[in-house]
Amino acid sequence: MADEKQIADEGLRQTAVIAPGYTFGTVTDQIASVVLTRRTPVFWITCFAVGFALLLLFLWSLVLLLAKGVGIWGIKIPVGWGFAITNFVWWIGIGHAGTLISAILLLLNQTWRNSINRFAEAMTLFAVACAGMFPLLHMGRPWLFYWMFPYPNSMGVQPQFRSPLVWDVFAVSTYATVSLLFWFVGLLPDLATLRDRTDNRWARAIYGILAMGWRGSARHWSNHEMASLLLAGLATPLVLSVHTVVSFDFTIAIVPGWHSTFFPPYFVAGAIYSGFAMVLVLAIPLRHVYGLQGLITDKHLENSAKVMLATGLIVAYAYILETFTAWYSGNVYESAAIWHRMTGPYAVVYWCLLTCNIAAPQALWIKKVRSTPALLFVASLIVLTGMWLERYVIIVSSLAQDFLVSSWRTFQPTRWDWATYVGTIGLFTFLFFIFIRLLPMISIFEVRTLLPQAKVEEEAP
Amino acid sequence: MTKPPIYGVMAEFDNPTKLVSAAREARARGYRKMDAYTPFPIEELTEALHLPKSKLPVIVLIGGILGGLTGYLMQYYVTVIYFPINIAGRPLHSWPMYIVITFELTILFAALSAVFGLLALCGLPMPYHPTFNVPRFALASRNRFFLCIEARDPLFDRKVTEEFLESLDAREVSEVAH
Repeated sequence: MADEKQIADEGLRQTAVIAPGYTFGTVTDQIASVVLTRRTPVFWITCFAVGFALLLLFLWSLVLLLAKGVGIWGIKIPVGWGFAITNFVWWIGIGHAGTLISAILLLLNQTWRNSINRFAEAMTLFAVACAGMFPLLHMGRPWLFYWMFPYPNSMGVQPQFRSPLVWDVFAVSTYATVSLLFWFVGLLPDLATLRDRTDNRWARAIYGILAMGWRGSARHWSNHEMASLLLAGLATPLVLSVHTVVSFDFTIAIVPGWHSTFFPPYFVAGAIYSGFAMVLVLAIPLRHVYGLQGLITDKHLENSAKVMLATGLIVAYAYILETFTAWYSGNVYESAAIWHRMTGPYAVVYWCLLTCNIAAPQALWIKKVRSTPALLFVASLIVLTGMWLERYVIIVSSLAQDFLVSSWRTFQPTRWDWATYVGTIGLFTFLFFIFIRLLPMISIFEVRTLLPQAKVEEEAP
Repeated sequence: MTKPPIYGVMAEFDNPTKLVSAAREARARGYRKMDAYTPFPIEELTEALHLPKSKLPVIVLIGGILGGLTGYLMQYYVTVIYFPINIAGRPLHSWPMYIVITFELTILFAALSAVFGLLALCGLPMPYHPTFNVPRFALASRNRFFLCIEARDPLFDRKVTEEFLESLDAREVSEVAH
C-alpha cells in the first residue's frame, strides 16, 4: 500500500507542471507578494525606466507626426505602407500567442497553461494596443478615426464593407475588446484575493471595486467556469480570423508577391511563432528575478519552445511554397517578385529573414537548447527579429517593384520611422511593467487547481 | 415574514474533501438554503449542493445570434439601401463580402453577453454581503473552504445548526451577522 502511494506520488511529480511542496497558502502568498510588497526590485525599476524613456521618444515622434504629417516617415508612392503596416502586423501577431495560450490550450485541457496565461493575455492586450497605433497614425489625420465606423453622418457617405481594410477595423477592434473581457473575467477571483490580502486601505478599496464583491461562492464559480469556457470557445475562431483578415489586406490586392491563397494559414502560423517567442522573452527574465521557477517551470519553457519549433516549420514550409508557387504559376510578375526579393535591393533583408526564421530555430530540436533558458532567450530574440523582417520584406519589397518598371522606387526608413517603432516597444514595456507591479502576473486561482491537494478524495464505496 | 436576526451560520474547513462531504451531509439532513465559498472552482460542489445548470450558454447564444443579425443587416442596409454604389454593374447585395464583419460582430456580441451575463447571474457588482462580516472569511480567497447555512432555511435553528456544523469536523463555526 505504502509502495503504491510512493509510486503514485513519483508519477505525479514527473507529470506535475508546478514544483512539489506548494500549498494553497504559499502559492497565493508568493504570487500576491510580487504586487503587495513595498519593495520594488531594481530589475523592475530599470525595465520600467527604459520603457518610460522609449515611451517619451514615442510621444515625441507622435507630436512631430501630428504637427508635420506622415511625410516625416520614409513612405512615398509606390511604398505607401512602409514601417507602419510592418509594425502593425508584427505587433498583432505577437498578441496571438496570448489568446492561443488562454483560449485554445484551455479548450484542449492543457493545464500547464495555467501559470503562464495571465501575463500572456496581458502581453496580447498591450501588443494589440501597440499594433493599433500604426494604422491609426498612418491615416494621417488620426483624430478622424471614427470615419472608419458606420454611423449616420452629414457627409452622406459610409464605409466600403467590401474592402478588407474595413474588415480589419472590425476584426482588430473586436479582438482588442474580447481579449480585454477574457482577461478581466480571469482576473476577477484574483482581484478578490488581493482585496483580502492587502493591508493598505487604498489598495483594498481599489481592488475591492475591481473585484466587484466576488466572494468565491459555488454559484459564482459554476457560472465563472462556464463563462471562461464560452469565452475560450469564442476567442479561438476569433484569433484565427484576426490574422486571416490581416492577411486579406494583402492577398485581396493584386500586387505580385501578395496575391496568393496560402497567406491566411501562413500568417496565423507566423503570428503564433512570434507570439511564443515574445512569451519566452518575457517569462525567462521574470521567473528568474521574482524566483518563480517553481510555478513557471522548465517544462513551460520547453513546451513553448516546441510550439515555436512547430510553427517555425510551418512558416519555413510557407517560404518554400511561396517560391515554388511563383515559379510554377508561370506568371512573369509573380516570379519576378520573388526573384527581386532574392537578388534585388532587399536581398540582404530577405536572406537575413530566412536565416533568422528557418535556420536559427532548428537548434530547438536539441533538448539541451530547449532546457537552457539563456539559449531559449536568444533564440526567441532571433525569431522576433526574423518575423519583423518577414513582414518588412512582404510589404516593402512587393510594393517597391510591381508591374511597371517606370513606377519602381525603393523605400528608405527615416529616423522617425525608427523612433516610432522603438517607441511602441517602449509603450509595450511601460504598460507591461505597470501590469507586473499592480496585478498578479500568474493566475492564482488556476494554479491552486493544479495542486494535488485540490482534488476531492472520494471515500471508497 | 420578519427578517431573521442573523444571516446564517458558517463553518470553516481545511480542505476541499471535508467541505464536499460536509455539503453532502447538510443536504442529506434536509438543509437547502446554503452556499459554499472556496478559493478555486470545485466541480463536486455543484453536484453536492444540487446547483442548477448555468443559464449562461443560452444568454451567449442569444447574444451571438443578435450580433450576427446586426452585422449582416447593417451591411445590407448600408450597401443596398442607404449608400448603394454601382461598381461595373456588380450586385449590390454581395453577401460573400459581408461574412467577415458578420462573423466578427457575432463574436463581439456573444463575448459581451458572456461577461455581462456572468456578472448578472452572479449578482455582481455587489459591494456588501453579510459573509464579509466574518473576519476569517478573508481566507476564502486564499486557502480555506467555507460552508454557510442560511437563516432563511426552514430547518434553520441557531443552536441546532451550529452543533450540526461542529459535528462535521469543521475548524471553526461562526455566526454571520447581517
